[in-house]
Amino acid sequence: MSGGKSGATVKARAELALNDEFLRKAVRFTTERLRNGKKKASEEHGNWEEWRERGRQIRLHTIAHLDYYLNTFVENARANGVHVHFADTAQEAVELTLDIAEHVGARSVVKSKSMVSEELHLNHALESIGVEAIETDLGEYIIQLAGEMPSHIVIPAIHKNRYQIAELLSKEAGYELPPDTTALAGFVRKKLREKFLEADIGMTGCNFAIAETGSMVLFENEGNARMVTTVPKTQITLMGMERIIPSWEDLEVMATLLPRSATGQKLTMYMSGITGPKRTADGDGPEEMHIIIVDNGRSLQLGDPEFQELLNCIRCGACLNACPVYRHIGGHAYGSTYSGPIGAVLTPSLNKNIAEWDDIANASSLCGACYEACPVKIPLHDMLVYLRRRKVESGNGNKLEGMGMQGFATAMSSSKVMGGLLRMGKLGQKLVVRDGFIRTKLGPLKGWNTYRVTPSLPKKSFRDQWATLDQELKAELREMPTAMRERMEQKAREQRESKDGGGHGHG
Amino acid sequence: MKVSLFITCLSDAIFPRVGEAMVRLLANYGVTLEFPRVQTCCGQPAYNSGYWKEARESARTILDAFEDSDFVISPSGSCTGMLHHYTKLFESDPVMLKRAEALRAKSYEFTQFLVQVLGVTDVGATFSRKVTYHPSCHGSRILGVKDEPMQLMKNVRGMELVPLPFAEDCCGFGGTFAVKMADISGAMVTEKADHVLETEAEVLVGLDMACLMNIAGNLHYRGEPVRVMHLAELLYEGVKGA
Repeated sequence: MSGGKSGATVKARAELALNDEFLRKAVRFTTERLRNGKKKASEEHGNWEEWRERGRQIRLHTIAHLDYYLNTFVENARANGVHVHFADTAQEAVELTLDIAEHVGARSVVKSKSMVSEELHLNHALESIGVEAIETDLGEYIIQLAGEMPSHIVIPAIHKNRYQIAELLSKEAGYELPPDTTALAGFVRKKLREKFLEADIGMTGCNFAIAETGSMVLFENEGNARMVTTVPKTQITLMGMERIIPSWEDLEVMATLLPRSATGQKLTMYMSGITGPKRTADGDGPEEMHIIIVDNGRSLQLGDPEFQELLNCIRCGACLNACPVYRHIGGHAYGSTYSGPIGAVLTPSLNKNIAEWDDIANASSLCGACYEACPVKIPLHDMLVYLRRRKVESGNGNKLEGMGMQGFATAMSSSKVMGGLLRMGKLGQKLVVRDGFIRTKLGPLKGWNTYRVTPSLPKKSFRDQWATLDQELKAELREMPTAMRERMEQKAREQRESKDGGGHGHG
Repeated sequence: MKVSLFITCLSDAIFPRVGEAMVRLLANYGVTLEFPRVQTCCGQPAYNSGYWKEARESARTILDAFEDSDFVISPSGSCTGMLHHYTKLFESDPVMLKRAEALRAKSYEFTQFLVQVLGVTDVGATFSRKVTYHPSCHGSRILGVKDEPMQLMKNVRGMELVPLPFAEDCCGFGGTFAVKMADISGAMVTEKADHVLETEAEVLVGLDMACLMNIAGNLHYRGEPVRVMHLAELLYEGVKGA
């Protein structure tokens, strides 16, 4: 996935973002709002960690028995009168969609809430057979007009401010709209209302698919997904094969975790559960309903102990909002449909070809904020390391870095070699140290010293000082209080007896 | 009982004053530290970059160095966290895995050891300065070291502890990340230093010299006079002066 729209590497793409003050300000503003919202909502919940663990267990269980639950879901959905299709690849999913569009003679499709359709680049395919595809989520509509990819999983136009949005929408309106959120949303609302009424097909994604009844559940705030699923005569749902949960009871946990994690809301404005097409007694709803279950690389993670938990993701975007790297570079720098920490892991994992991965897995300081934010506790920071390791072990690592690391291993396998290198460093630094700091921007120090100064090596390292220090301290040693000694001995016993290796903390 | 010091590369080579403060502070409680000279780096740069074969070399040296210790204490949450990862490095080697598990069970970051093992939350220090604290990511997230430094700092007399805005955000160090993704890292450390300056604190304190070297490097580059210290240094200075 090295072919991002603007720039071939994550570094080049990040550079564009870092120089875009509007983008950085817009991303900071909204991620902060969402992050604070989530923090407040999870604190108010009062029992967040326990529910997080519940959510994780539900997802672990479902994915471990995915074949069973998928089968149950499909049987129930078919019994409800839904046409269920399976697509192994993006290509197959696109073909299935186009077939349905041709079969119902569609001229226009209204869409809502689907990252999967972004993953498939479906809009272009629909347009290629003369079907107009209209995104109806406000954010999606904006980036569709701008001809861009979403830069956030739940806030696709997060990188744009209201002035930029007013400019885009004014072009569409043919007259000038004020940069006022209410006015802009009002314009889009009116415009889309016509599109809903004209559309032949409504297309959505799926937040959760409930196996026990064959239903699909959508969370949204704008009400457009409800329009999309009730007005057009034909309904198509695109869902990743991992969207399943066993029961409505499990939905209670997910409905607690998802909106709080995504936007800090207790519940989104609308939560729709859809079970099959319109029945005779129903006032509205589609006459024909299709569900396309998409694999597109997901089954690569099934049975892979290091990456299977990726399938637990509920696409809330909390990891993006918590990520200090995303905060500065936004979503487009990741060069793919999915951005942020989840994108950095998901994109390479969905694509089998290791050699072609660019360095998105390197665009992380491994701080673990993503894991901490994740409502189902996916260890994304560990996965980033596994990706780096797989790249190295498959012989696709950076050659220079590989040589450096071999040198590192040699140096670190013996304290004597390490000591020798340190002495060389002390001699060498004499050329560059001024007032205790190294400021040169030459060679390997360029990146570091563009933003910082480097401390110099002191005359004596700790190990050089140790003998003297040790002697001095032993000469005037105090006796440890008895209670403290007993406490220590107790701890030491516990450590020896701990079966799982103990460890203080989760890592 | 054998309590060993795992000094970590940075405190050994660049910041020996941190190791010294830690050792002296612990000596006040009658803790005699032993320092195995064969120790080197924990191997984190190789591990995080995906070079696990090379990381295992480092890990073997560390496992040998601390084989007989009852406690292993270090002035870094990140390097201590790396010792925990040894169980992953040796997942498929039952003999080494057992040793890695044993090391993991007995390794402590400095404040963890003070609070959890020794039961000390007040070292009797006085430090009359305005101070802000950066909780390093690995210490707080991998090891879960959150309350320990807070308890210790709360009991320092005369100290005004001001909250750091966005304290939990990474400073941008990330080991080789700071070099490989220099501009992203630069943006992160610049923002972190901005937040430190916003507090108008005279001193920035933390538990990891890598992060502190990063933030101090940026502050000094900008000519800002904020003093940057490891908590062990602050506590020791506060006890000595008290």
